[in-house]
Amino acid sequence: MTDHSGKIMPHPTPETRPYWDACREGELMVQRCKDCGAHQFYPRMMCTSCDSNSVEWIRASGRGRVSSYTVVRRPVSKAYAAETPYIVALIQLEEGPTMMSNIVGCDPGAMEVGMSVEVLFEQWTDEVTVPKFRVTQPAQ
Amino acid sequence: MAQLRGAVAIVGAADTPVGVVPHLSATQLCVDAARRALADAGIRKGQVDGIITCNSMAEPYMYHAEVIAEYLQIFPRYCIAAATGGGTTFTVLHHAAAAIATGMCNTVLITMADSLRSGLTREQAMLIQSSTGHSQFELPYGPTVPAFYALLARAHMAKYGTTEEQLAAVAVTCRQHAHLNPTAQMRDLITVEDVLNSRMIADPLHLLDCSLVSDGGSAVIVTSAERAHDFPHAPVYLLGVGEGHGHEHVSQARNLTASAAVESGQRAYEMAGLSPRDMDLAQLYDCFTPTVLIELEDLGFCAKGEGGPMIASGAIGLGGALPVNTHGGLLSHCHPGNPGAMFALTETVAQLRHAAGQRQVKDAQTALVHAQGGIMSSHTTIILGRERN
Repeated sequence: MTDHSGKIMPHPTPETRPYWDACREGELMVQRCKDCGAHQFYPRMMCTSCDSNSVEWIRASGRGRVSSYTVVRRPVSKAYAAETPYIVALIQLEEGPTMMSNIVGCDPGAMEVGMSVEVLFEQWTDEVTVPKFRVTQPAQ
Repeated sequence: MAQLRGAVAIVGAADTPVGVVPHLSATQLCVDAARRALADAGIRKGQVDGIITCNSMAEPYMYHAEVIAEYLQIFPRYCIAAATGGGTTFTVLHHAAAAIATGMCNTVLITMADSLRSGLTREQAMLIQSSTGHSQFELPYGPTVPAFYALLARAHMAKYGTTEEQLAAVAVTCRQHAHLNPTAQMRDLITVEDVLNSRMIADPLHLLDCSLVSDGGSAVIVTSAERAHDFPHAPVYLLGVGEGHGHEHVSQARNLTASAAVESGQRAYEMAGLSPRDMDLAQLYDCFTPTVLIELEDLGFCAKGEGGPMIASGAIGLGGALPVNTHGGLLSHCHPGNPGAMFALTETVAQLRHAAGQRQVKDAQTALVHAQGGIMSSHTTIILGRERN
């Protein structure tokens, strides 16, 4: 197993804990407004579309599209050196919100904006499992 | 809003030596810049009754402005340290103008400095700066500051066909200007090929697409337009100012290829009663080459998507239609972190005083200065002029 020690670990708050708990179970969650149906990420205490206080967690499809990416050739710290170069991407989920993640298992030279991707999960510690993505289809 | 137009002027401006300055701490650079600006304005420290700073990364304080005032033994009635990243310079100039216009104080010292090169290790500087990312939803993925901006560059390339050569031309132009500036940190001329052949840092950004890591400080003195005549140098008037704030984290950006510079620019033009074609020069925030391209578009100097061709045409060089970053910018003059845009401000004062030497834009009357903080997050545009009206 890859050594993830020294990486920047997410520290869940009461607001974000359901997300990280779900990641540990292999599920990607986003919030949905019970009043207007809008999806949002990252988690918040209200709906950013209609200001409703009624937001709920739902399981996302885990599928999305690369809206941009970069190949990091100089890692942010030594803890990331083993996997350098690594791909940092912005992924627009099918539900609408955008999130940052890494694309894994793809030759950096083959990356393109518009590629279809799907989530996978990488366990870093007993507590922390991080969602990453793999390419499923070339750019449309 | 309109009452800020022509209400204040910059009457003092000065920089410390920049680049690698290991014999002065960040605090000393901040104080040194302040003393140089006071000397340029021909006033004594007791004549300042407002002070604005931004915190240092190398030598941070909980109450930074108070520390600088205390060190100098200035006892202001307006004293604040602000933090809007790279945009801090123009945001606080906006605040200084408002403070003077509303009578909170009469004469403000804005002084900023940091020691990113000598006061921090490379890894410390990288980690502190990348902490602009979201601690749970971005930073675990290992983005660096160049990576954040590379995401914007790649999106622009995908949408508009912008090329790496066009981005590289920004770095080449800034270096040409720095070549004429004896104070710049990097003065050797470079070519587009040099940029493209430099080490890839975060695709599509090469080493020479990235700004410098520097030590340095810079300060200005701002006072009311009425008082501004009592100083030795011709005043440089604030004619327009506007801010725009779109997001903090890049993964929350409303749009990857356009920014809140659209709003900040429109607000500044509206206050000034001027338009992009009235500008004789512009200083645009160039922490990485793509920010200049996006700002040229968002501030109305060309149509959306036309930034690449505009840059490649030579329009942003001295002698071009809109000289940009006449001192060399963050790419070649210096970049000590959050104070970076201060040097664009002091350069603009020099240009509008017609005292910029070899890099003087002929008969410059009006200039636009713009900076942003975060990842194209927090924008302030300011229009400055030689004439009050």
